[in-house]
Amino acid sequence: MSTAVDTTAPARGAESMLGDAWTITRRQFWHWRAQPGGFAVGLLFPVLVTLMFGALFGGAIAGSSGDYYSFLMPGIFVMAMLFGLEATMTAVNADAARGVTDRFRSLPIHPAAVVLGRCLADMIYTVVGLAVLLVTGLALGWRWQDGGTEALIAVALLLLLRFALLWLGIYVALVAKGPETVVAVQILVWPISMLSSIFVDPATMPGWLGTIASWNPLSATATATRELFGNPTWASASWVNEHALPLAVGWPVLITATFAPLAVRAYRRLGG
Amino acid sequence: MDEAEPAIEVRDLRKHYPKTPDGVGLNGIDLRVPVSTVHALLGPNGAGKTTTIRILTTLLRADSGTARVAGFDVRGQGRQVRRRVGLVGQAAAVDEVLTGRQNLSMIGRLNHLLSPATRAGELLDRFGLADAADRKVSTYSGGMRRRLDLAAALVVDPQVLFVDEPTTGLDPQARRDVWASIGDLVAGGTTVLVTTQYMEEADALADRITMLAAGRVAASGSPDELKARVGGDWLDVTPDHPADLARLAGICAPYAAGPPVTADGVLRIPVADRTRALVGVSSALADARIDPLDLSVRRPTLDEAFLALTGPPTDPVETAVTR
Repeated sequence: MSTAVDTTAPARGAESMLGDAWTITRRQFWHWRAQPGGFAVGLLFPVLVTLMFGALFGGAIAGSSGDYYSFLMPGIFVMAMLFGLEATMTAVNADAARGVTDRFRSLPIHPAAVVLGRCLADMIYTVVGLAVLLVTGLALGWRWQDGGTEALIAVALLLLLRFALLWLGIYVALVAKGPETVVAVQILVWPISMLSSIFVDPATMPGWLGTIASWNPLSATATATRELFGNPTWASASWVNEHALPLAVGWPVLITATFAPLAVRAYRRLGG
Repeated sequence: MDEAEPAIEVRDLRKHYPKTPDGVGLNGIDLRVPVSTVHALLGPNGAGKTTTIRILTTLLRADSGTARVAGFDVRGQGRQVRRRVGLVGQAAAVDEVLTGRQNLSMIGRLNHLLSPATRAGELLDRFGLADAADRKVSTYSGGMRRRLDLAAALVVDPQVLFVDEPTTGLDPQARRDVWASIGDLVAGGTTVLVTTQYMEEADALADRITMLAAGRVAASGSPDELKARVGGDWLDVTPDHPADLARLAGICAPYAAGPPVTADGVLRIPVADRTRALVGVSSALADARIDPLDLSVRRPTLDEAFLALTGPPTDPVETAVTR
């Protein structure tokens, strides 16, 4: 019987994990084209937060909004990496709820292809978003001071953080089904980004809170990128601040090493 | 693949869900579906239909037992199985944001077709979606989505197609369209395993039916065999007043081939010879000067067969696990 069916079956080419991942990524391009509004809002939201914090707190914290932007912008870049979690989780969640994930899982593709495709699409979106933010910063008077190479390393650190958080997002969205989780994360990203050196120096917080804030992985990336961009860190001398650069590499590597395998495993085992 | 090997062969399949109240998904299922036939899994929510389909399409791992699909073991040869099966799940698993054409060509690409766009065009024509091909799926009706979903499962001409409750929530016209599409497939040589809660659907579609209840096979056979197992014909007598039911039962007793049943003001008597019983009962009623509201002879429905073979419907406690 197989011969009878095979003669009518359409011709097939070779299987490739990266090829399949790219197909999943291209699907996201189609989504962006079909929903330009959502695409733009995702890019502009961090810009809005920049203007809001700069205008609201700039005067109080740094004496003027202009000075504050040179401190704030690297922090905003880090915050945008965290806020990207939401887009990742929403997409993973919607696919799982609609049965799209099950359809993918019933296809003869590598189990890592779907999550990898998601990852690639989100990284591309992040690069575009970061470019928009860099231009915004430049328009507001923020500059990198220590040369192009250091600035590029800073950008690489930011993308590394996003990459790590992405796996965390995919894992949590696969394990904790239902849109409530996404809502919880939408709320949680605020205190998590506040409790760091993104907006203010943790040394100005009450002692215990400051300790938590300075050990926040986001703080390591914030301090390291500020140093690399040659922007003011305002950071007090502490072990965490002196080792910001290795920590800004170490935290994301640790998060990725933990959650990337968990995410692929959760994808394979969806539904028990 | 061996000529005599069935398209689906399942032996003693078991699945336990530790997190649910009664914990049992499948309690030892056996199933054998010959090539190019339609087999229906019939049962209420929680009977284990979806669990079975998810195991056979490699989405879920069974705790024990064996299952072979298109000649390959679902556990050890998952990729081989996935290359040969199509799945139409309960929810229409299509991307709402994309157009129908984009959905199908994406699935074609993920199946590594050399010309996914051509294939997408063919399927859109075949399922009557050519006019809506470049519209977003979010603008489609329920029936159109279901047809697109079916088309997506057929991108590679699967040897075995799994269809999980294909017509739940569809209007009668859309339901008939889906049935017709499944019929066409079987004519083309595809083996179909379909789950349903509707007897009517199983009766219309399937060559053979396996009735599931609480994770076990309650009965298995062709629709006619299953009906025959609940016995022969029934004589239904509906009196003017429910109060007359007891008296009617006495009058009809000589023609009954088994204990009569009373339900919803209707007296139902199993009969061995339908003509003799109809003539006999109507003259006995005339003699007793009773003019019934309705008097009819009919064959048992699959509904009755199901109740007779599985006992009273079980509590749908497993609804959550079968999604």
